[in-house]
Amino acid sequence: MKKVTYITQKEEAKTASASSGNLMELAIANNIEGIEGDCGGVCSCATCHIHLTPEDFETVGGPGEIEEEMLELEDNVSPYSRLACQVPISSLPEQITVKVAN
Amino acid sequence: MEKFELPDPFEGAREQCGYGKVEDQDDPVTMLLRLRDVRKTAKNTQTFQSGAQPGRIVVPSEVNIRSTRQIPFEVDPPMHRLYRDLLEDWFRRPEKDTYKAQLSDIISKLVQEAKSKAQVEIVNDIALKLQSRALTLLLNVPLEEAETWISWGTHVFRSEDNPVDGDKAKILYDYIDRQIEKALSNPGDDLYSILLNSEIEGKKLNKEEVKGVMILTFAGGRDTVINAVTNTLAYLSSNPKALPAIKEDPTMLNTAVEELVRYFSPLTHMGRVATEDTEVCEHAIKADSRVSLCWASANRDPKTFENPNTIDLERKLNPHVGFGFGIHKCLGATHARHVLRTLLSVLAEMDVKLKMVKGDSNIEDWGEFKRKVGYDRLEMKFS
Repeated sequence: MKKVTYITQKEEAKTASASSGNLMELAIANNIEGIEGDCGGVCSCATCHIHLTPEDFETVGGPGEIEEEMLELEDNVSPYSRLACQVPISSLPEQITVKVAN
Repeated sequence: MEKFELPDPFEGAREQCGYGKVEDQDDPVTMLLRLRDVRKTAKNTQTFQSGAQPGRIVVPSEVNIRSTRQIPFEVDPPMHRLYRDLLEDWFRRPEKDTYKAQLSDIISKLVQEAKSKAQVEIVNDIALKLQSRALTLLLNVPLEEAETWISWGTHVFRSEDNPVDGDKAKILYDYIDRQIEKALSNPGDDLYSILLNSEIEGKKLNKEEVKGVMILTFAGGRDTVINAVTNTLAYLSSNPKALPAIKEDPTMLNTAVEELVRYFSPLTHMGRVATEDTEVCEHAIKADSRVSLCWASANRDPKTFENPNTIDLERKLNPHVGFGFGIHKCLGATHARHVLRTLLSVLAEMDVKLKMVKGDSNIEDWGEFKRKVGYDRLEMKFS
């Protein structure tokens, strides 16, 4: 089980646990504000934009080419931006805190 | 078995120069054909505005048949955000279980009916009815209201010999005016009443604004949904393994719907008006001229999509723009996605077999590009 804490734009923190799936699915299941996941995780809508810490970004890895092209045009993009639907729970450290970008 | 295919007419121009030209009522349009250019232009709302003269960003232009501004679609930031915020929760209602159950009921009844007949004409007897009945859920009005909309036929603006038929459009505008008056005198929990009771910066929406939202809701989701439903059934008839695969693994429903929307691209393109001299794809765009974001071409761009002309129901990375892109992305997308998911799910659960008998293609004419978007008529057998 990995523990994920989502910090919303309103600075509200919510922690959830999962052992499979991805960060978007976990956020939707826990009603995290600012994560919509409209396209269900095929990297088409960019409504699951999050920021990782530099250390976690190092561990989890950066976006692939298609995801990077999506992020390029997003508001509030940072060097540590990811689309939550493209981050599998299995790639995470035991505990992680992510910030919802919108 | 007839092979289902929507060919990509933009391939050559997309590769060679990245744009195409379309004449339209003395207001020509430069169609942008590459995914990257389409996305970038959609995001640049300052240089490429939507808030031009009402009807002008639509291709073919509706400036001669409409003075009401469609909201929030023909509004630029910052007002756009205020309208959009007002509407988003309502247009997310299709996520609710009760909505899904009602949608499933509507679709199941139509499929049962089709199975009981020897042969059925999909466009008018399935797709138009499905679209109209499902729309009653989005508007939260009685199911019977759909019968009026079905009687209008498949397109609210287009008649056989005229792509922008003002007389036909008037039927819709007059209807919406009547519904607004009804909701004013007898408010309920339908979309008209909700909008009439909504405020932006302390000011209630006026009748013209409510009408603008309602025209968009009716027009935006009509032939697009009808084409998507019709094409889905045509595709399934030529790919009999698809439904059993979905039944076996319902998690495929999501990737399948996204892929069908990418491949079908129910709305070919949507315009913007340049606010200054600029360029896209090394091509000069003059101030006050029109460009269009060609979703259909962008969705077949081989720079992003592997095997773009193949339907792969399990395509995992699918950054399509079938519902548009940026702040103006389709407000009805949640509803449309659930219509298609439910259709696939009901057909799979009921083990329906589909056989295409005869189809008359619906081909759009965009100058040098002739694009099949679906069918004018499609005869099929359900069993």
